[in-house]
This record gives sequence, structure tokens and C-alpha cells, in this order.
Amino acid sequence: MRKAENIITIGKVSKSFGDKLILDNVDLTVKKGEFVTFLGPSGCGKTTLLRIIAGFLKTDEGKIVISGNDMTEVPPHRRTVNTVFQKYALFPHLNVFNNIAFGLNLKKLPKEVIEEKVMKVLKMVGMTDYEERDVDSLSGGQQQRVAIARAIVNEPEVLLLDEPLAALDLKMRKDMQMEIKAMHKSLGITFVYVTHDQEEALTLSDTIVVMSEGRIQQIGTPTEIYNEPKNAFVADFIGESNILNGVMIQDSLVEFAGHRFECVDEGFAVNEPVDVVIRPEDIYIFEHSDAAHFTGQVTSSIFKGVHYEMMINTPEGFEFIIQDYHQFNVGETVGLRLKPFDIHVMKKERLYNTFEGTMVDKTHVRFLGASFECTENTDFAAGSEVNVEIDFNGVILQDNEEDGMLSGDVSFILYKGNHYHLTVLTDEDENIFVDTNDVWDDGDRVGITILPEAIRIVKP
Amino acid sequence: MRKQLPKIYIALLLIMLYSPILIIIVFSFTEAKVLGNWTGFSFKLYTSLFQGGVHHSLTSALWNTLIIGLIAAFVSMILGTVAAIGIYNLKTRTRSAVQLVNNIPILNPDIITAISLFLLFVSLGITQGYTTVILAHITFCTPYVVLSVYPRLQRMNENLYEAALDLGATPFYALRKILLPELKPGMISGFILAFTLSIDDFVVTLFTIGNEGLETLSTYIYADARKGGLTPELRPLSAIIFITVLVLLLVINQRTAKKRL
Repeated sequence: MRKAENIITIGKVSKSFGDKLILDNVDLTVKKGEFVTFLGPSGCGKTTLLRIIAGFLKTDEGKIVISGNDMTEVPPHRRTVNTVFQKYALFPHLNVFNNIAFGLNLKKLPKEVIEEKVMKVLKMVGMTDYEERDVDSLSGGQQQRVAIARAIVNEPEVLLLDEPLAALDLKMRKDMQMEIKAMHKSLGITFVYVTHDQEEALTLSDTIVVMSEGRIQQIGTPTEIYNEPKNAFVADFIGESNILNGVMIQDSLVEFAGHRFECVDEGFAVNEPVDVVIRPEDIYIFEHSDAAHFTGQVTSSIFKGVHYEMMINTPEGFEFIIQDYHQFNVGETVGLRLKPFDIHVMKKERLYNTFEGTMVDKTHVRFLGASFECTENTDFAAGSEVNVEIDFNGVILQDNEEDGMLSGDVSFILYKGNHYHLTVLTDEDENIFVDTNDVWDDGDRVGITILPEAIRIVKP
Repeated sequence: MRKQLPKIYIALLLIMLYSPILIIIVFSFTEAKVLGNWTGFSFKLYTSLFQGGVHHSLTSALWNTLIIGLIAAFVSMILGTVAAIGIYNLKTRTRSAVQLVNNIPILNPDIITAISLFLLFVSLGITQGYTTVILAHITFCTPYVVLSVYPRLQRMNENLYEAALDLGATPFYALRKILLPELKPGMISGFILAFTLSIDDFVVTLFTIGNEGLETLSTYIYADARKGGLTPELRPLSAIIFITVLVLLLVINQRTAKKRL
């Protein structure tokens, strides 16, 4: 079977720009003929990874193998891949024909062959009769078609696409998605696609690589990624979800939102804290009856075209988002029910913040570039290396950054049903994780204060 | 009346600015030795200017000026373009530092540039003459070329060069076939600018020209004026230079206007 052959192998690739680590030890293989999508928020490293495959960037560490040849040190013009750029990057002083023929001319092919190939590929992207046109006279969608034609006419082994549809309007984007998918089928070459649009990724891909903060969070088919997200980040990024803190009581029994539920997950420690993910369409909603696992009150109900999207508050103080074909009115009390296999239980990435620090004296410890007051501690001598643990709710965020001992930016927000779990990137480039009931926005500047009693000092 | 005031002001201002040059142009069409005497319309000064012989030193000064200008403009066009590409590819912080360094010679008074170049050439032991004048002109022209090429790079699609590499072009081929055509308008503007700056220059030229008898127009006219009385043929020459510079300026302006469209 040739189908299982790996065309791209990315081995332990790391890349930094200045002090900032963009890719952190990334491992990935791409099978021949696959449609692979790198999906993630901006700054997650997906474009950097694509540019490393194309050869525009060198790796700091690790290697790139394309169809069996080590390409780590090979310059872009000698790689058997071609790229479609986000802003098209057509050559403005050449017409459509000469743009597409650029790569073929470099291969010194006979004139007739070039002409034949260009015409064929123009037909393929639906741009016949445009060959004499000036590229500046084309619309965005047409320019993108020419950009794709210019890449695929060289018959690359891998086609790299860097958010190719990001600059197009919604309608045009949908049409182009279908065309790209059809092109992948008829060409039979490997496509590596970069996008931040999860819907686009789900529509197009054979395999999705979800990335965040320079690391691969999950690799899987669209259905695997959607139905079995590996962690809270993936669940939150792909589609909508209810994400809650839970406790695994025993195998197949999990407690969250103040109730115990039967689930299908096993192998967790007894009473292990976990993340629980439930898709909004997986919660059964009906008029209150004995069949209900729990109840709630509808607080909002919006018609979304096919389904209604409703927010439900439970008496225990948790909020759920639910999608259903039936509408329930605001104020109505409803019954809710969950099937065991619709409850996705995930291991928590961390239970508290951990930092490396040093003791300053009995009541002060230094970490994150600042000295913090802590409760009196005689176990460690001044100057000794320690680990500092801080619970998520032991960190207080302030509007005014000067009020805090540290300052930082809110970089990621996860709603946990009854509170927010924030990731705050401090000015020292360290992440600090915070549970709060206050509403913050992505990118907010905040002051960070840590109370002395929230600081636990342990052996490193 | 009130409405007319700004117009009168502008008219007066323009007359003040342009009357000297207009007077020279008008009096280039008469034979009188002394400026101000009108002895009837004639092309004689124009024909004697181009006959050479009598005014051999004037025509050779004109040729020197043109050759120096062309060489200096061409070399600074190449150097400035390469520098602009280099600056464009720097990291943000280094880039603004280098841009500042590029702008200093532009703001630096000519006399300082002239003296420092003079001292440099003397200390390096380079014989003053053609070489030193050309080197000096390249020095003060290059920053202007950088300034006229750099905006083209900024407006260029950032992936253009990479796209060429991606399609199999070697870095040199991509530079020649993709980058340079994109930068060409800026390079031509830079060339014209450098050329006019070069033929116009007096201070830097005077300090670097040496005393081997080499003259450019500006130094020739200066020496001529000091001898008492300008050669009448300077009038048609000034007229020609003025018209040439005017045409060049119009060309540059039209190019920038086109770029904005």
C-alpha cells in the first residue's frame, strides 16, 4: 500500500523569534495524498510551521523530511513543494499567463508544453480566457485562483496553503472551499492548509492538527477532533461546548455541576479533578419531568436558522448552552438529561500554578521576577531553590495594572459554567492561570496580585 | 479687494523667485557683453556656446559635470537600492536606527560633508580629481536613492520574493526578475534626483576637485565670476540647464502622481 507512505516528517522542530518560543518540539507526520490542516488561534505557530516546511524559515532544532529526503537545510527553490500565499503574492508586472508560467519557464520546458500546461490549469481553476489579463485588474477571488494555478502547474508533491481564503468574503470563501476540496481530489497530491477558522478546517480536512502556544494539542480526523477533544482548549476552540470542572468519583462515575453522572471514562484516580466537556447539541432538553437528571431555567433563547440556542441556569448556579430544534421560552423551567457517552471527561493539564522560585527570607519568596510576601516558612533557608504553588483562585486580577505586583495581558478565556478560567501572560512571558467570576476580555491589561496565604512553598 | 490680496501676494512672490532666471533667459537671446543691454534678438550666444574652440574650458566643464553626474547617479542608484533592500529586511529596531543614520547626511550641512570628505581623501592619500569628486557625489546622493526606493519595498507584497523562490527561482534570479522590476520606478526617480543633485553641487565639488585644472560647471562659473564679469555664453547655458532641470522635475512629479493613483 503506497497510501500509508509518509510524505512529510517533522521531527522535534523548535523555533524562536528572539526570546519568544514559537514552536516547541513539534512532531508530525503527513501521509501522502492527505489533506492536513493546521488549526489554531493567531500566534499559535501554525504559519511558522508551514513556512518551515516551505523553507522560508530555518528550524532552530529538529528536522524536516519531505518524501524521504532530509530538507532541513535545503533552500526553498530546491524543495518539491509550492505555496499559495494569504495575500496571493502574484507578480504585479506579469500578466496571468506569465505568472503561471513562471515556474515552468525556470524548468526550461519547451514553449508548447508550457502553453499547454498553463491552459490546462487555467481551465481547472475556471479562469480560461484570462491569460492576457493584468493581475491587478482581477478580483480577490480571481487572484486567488491564479495563485493556486501558479502553484499547482508545477505539479508539486505537496501544496502548502497559508490561510488562502482569509481575505475573501463569506460567500466567495464557501465557494472556494468546495473548489479547493475538489482540486485536492482530482490532483491527488498532498495539501497542507493553515487556517484559524475551525469550520473551514472541519469542512476541508482529512486530518486536523490543532495547535496552541507552539505545541500540537491534538491530531485527528474532523470527527475525532469534534467528538473526542483531548483537552479543554481543543473542546473550546472547535465548535461550542460546555466545559466544567468535575471530579471523577470512580470509574464511569463523574460529579459536576452539583450532580453525579454515569459516564464511559475509566482509568482516572479516585476523586481526581477533571475537565468535563459537553457539546450543546448533546444535552436533552424537555419540559420538566421525572426523566430529568437535573433542571434549569431558560435565560435566553435565540433562533439560529436550524436550531434554537438557549442558555440555561441551574439551581446549583451553573450555566449551560444548549442547542435544540424545539424552542423553550425564557423563564420556563426545563428538564435536562445527559447520555453517558456524550459526557467527555478529560485529564486536567494542571491543577494549580507552579513556578520556580527562591526564598528571600522567612516571609518572602521570589518568583516571576518579583518578591512576594508569603506566610512564615521555616522549612527552607534564605536563598534556597523552591517550587511555588498557587491555586487558580488565589490569584487576583486588577483593572489598574499599577495596583498589581505584576502586570500582564489576558491571553485566553475559558468559561467553566460558573466561573472563568483565564490564562494571563505576564510581562515576564510566563503564563499564570486564574479562576475568577469577573468578566475580562481577551487582550485586557491587568494587574496581578497574589495573597500571602495563597502561596504554597514546596520542595523543588 | 480682499479676495485679490492672496493672488497679488502669490504673484509678487513668484516674480521675486523667478525674475532672476527669467532675466537670464531673456538676455540669452541677445549679443550684448554686459547683462542688461538689449542689442537686438540673436541666437549668436547659443551658436558660439556650442561651437567650442573659444570657450573650450566652458564646454569641457559642461561635459565634466554631465559625466560626473551620470556616473555618480548610476552608482548611487545601485548602492541605494541594495541598501534599501537591506534595511527592509532588518529587524524593526535595527531598521529605524539604520534609517536614522541614512537621514543624517541629508540634513548635514554641505560644508561639513565637504570638509570631512576633503580630510578623508587627504588622509587616505587619494589624488584629488575625477575620482574624488565622483566618490563625494556618490556619498551624498546615495541616501536620497534609499529614500526613494524604500517606499516601493514597503508597499510591495511581502511574500513576492518568497513566492519566486517557492516557484524554483534562485535568490539572484528572484532579485533580478521579481524584485528589481517592482523597484524600478523608485530606482529611476532616485537616479534622476541623484543626477540633479550632482550637477547642482558646488560646495562639496569645490573641496574635492583638487587643483589639477578639473572644472565642473559650478566651479567654472564661480571662478569666472571672480575674474570679473561673467562670460556671456553662461546665459544660454543657464537657460538650457534651467529648462532641463524643469523637465526632469516635471517627469519626477508625474511619476509620483501616477504612483498615487
